[in-house]
Amino acid sequence: MASALAFDAPSDPMLERRRLIHEAARSSLRRRALTSRVAVGVCWLCLGIAIVPLVAVVAYVVAKGLPAWSADFFTHVTAPEGIPGGGVWNAIVGTAEIGLISTAVTVPLGLSCGLFLAQSEGKVAAAVRFTADVMTGVPSITIGIFGYIAIVKNFGYSGLAGAFSIGIVMLPVVIRAGETAFRSVPPSLQEAALALGARNAVIARRVVVPTALPGVITGVFLAVARGLGETAPLLLTIFGNQYMQWNPTKPMDALPLVIFNNSSQPYADLVQIAWGAALLLLAVVLMLNIAGRVAAAVLRREKR
Amino acid sequence: MIEPVPAPSPPPARPGPEAPAVTAAKTVARGPRGEPVMRLRQVSVSFSGRAAVRDVSFDVRTAQITALIGPSGSGKTTLLRALNRMHDSERSASVTGTITLGDLDVNAASTDATLLRTRVGMVFQRPNPFPTMSIYENAVAGLRFNGVRKKSLLDESAESALTAAALWDSVRDRLKTRASTLSGGEQQRLCIARALAVEPEVLLMDEPTSALDPVATKRIEELVGELKDRVTIVIVTHNMQQAMRVSDQCAFLLMGADKAGELVEFGPTATLFSDPSDPRTLDYVNGRFG
Repeated sequence: MASALAFDAPSDPMLERRRLIHEAARSSLRRRALTSRVAVGVCWLCLGIAIVPLVAVVAYVVAKGLPAWSADFFTHVTAPEGIPGGGVWNAIVGTAEIGLISTAVTVPLGLSCGLFLAQSEGKVAAAVRFTADVMTGVPSITIGIFGYIAIVKNFGYSGLAGAFSIGIVMLPVVIRAGETAFRSVPPSLQEAALALGARNAVIARRVVVPTALPGVITGVFLAVARGLGETAPLLLTIFGNQYMQWNPTKPMDALPLVIFNNSSQPYADLVQIAWGAALLLLAVVLMLNIAGRVAAAVLRREKR
Repeated sequence: MIEPVPAPSPPPARPGPEAPAVTAAKTVARGPRGEPVMRLRQVSVSFSGRAAVRDVSFDVRTAQITALIGPSGSGKTTLLRALNRMHDSERSASVTGTITLGDLDVNAASTDATLLRTRVGMVFQRPNPFPTMSIYENAVAGLRFNGVRKKSLLDESAESALTAAALWDSVRDRLKTRASTLSGGEQQRLCIARALAVEPEVLLMDEPTSALDPVATKRIEELVGELKDRVTIVIVTHNMQQAMRVSDQCAFLLMGADKAGELVEFGPTATLFSDPSDPRTLDYVNGRFG
């Protein structure tokens, strides 16, 4: 600037301001750069502190759980009291069945509800949305008690009672994930369909749902992962079962229950089983998360 | 550019860069009009290795308005943003070639981007006043960001910049109100004032009227013309009449075979619109495409 404008009269107020402002910018540069570096440093530090417990939990579970994994662990049922060995095959089956049943019921229910919420601004929608938000915050033991009173008191302990409780945990998550995904569809696309004479149901089926599908799938997988890890709703509903049980109308075992029951036992081999089950549950949740993301990414790419 | 353009009548003769200040309407208050203030030499910008604009060379001249025109995808905005290192925050972007501001190498590692931006300001497509700040606070935001604390300097700068942006008279009594209470056109003028308050030497404007209605657009265009004695302006526009109305010199960019923007022609606006040397320029300014 000096070269181009040096000859100008110094009395020009604009040039005087320019000189003062740029002078201030230059002289405060060091301080501002330092402040900036400190602020970035603090952010990194906080990031580090926040990540420690997350990494520690995963590392600890892997370190403790991996030794428990063996062929027997995956293929054998719970060993009788006092006899070493045994596995969690019965709990794997229980978790899988409970997960499948609750998913099969809550996903169509929740997504339809989410679609309704995304398309409606009325009082009913506001009330449902609010309820769903409250439901996501309800302590899961409360849901367990509800399952106990509503199902177990009338029909006895069963895998179905567990699936019912887990479904109640998953439902609001699916609803809100669905609503968010459906809402991300640009209104201009819906207007384009409207202007072609499409009815709401057709717009939903041909435009909104396909466009929102990647987001919906990610949301569903996250909801399933959340549901499978819930323990409290199962505690009061499925009772647990040392033996192989394929019938979901009978008391079943499940991975979270194995962790809960075994970890408080005084026998080292039972605690070991609990760690192994914890690692397995962690792995399943991780897989579901990855699967959800991959499925969404594949769908997005196909659309391009 | 959507509407077809009638054959342009050549605008009133303006001084070309070679003959500065001969017919200048206003007294040249600052600096020798027409001296190169920013020089671009073989400037290319690429994202993740893919060129978006390639090998552009021209001079931005003091107290003149340089317009970058061309159809969508020709790299106008990309090129503009290279002039004050706005691509710094985009990891995949790389700028090659030389851009100088006076004696300063814009892209040199030793050049501080924040200091550079106090000398090369920017106004964006959509008005973006800071929503939590008052009109006054918006106007002096750049000064505050750069450590200016002196109240008298802040006040003087705010009044000067708001006056220059033709906003002072309508907002002087409500400087403390939120900037979001202003209309779209007023908000954009506030953004221009905000950029001017830092007293940059060059002001980059990225389609500053594309989000405004015709009346507000007209006011901004008039403003741009009035500002050129205060600051050198580089303006991106896809509106050819706008380029014709406001600019002294014009760069016409076009997307090349490999989708990278290239400079087809550069010269005085009058020449570019009435007697271009490249047939593609002729087609474009006559509205045959783009």
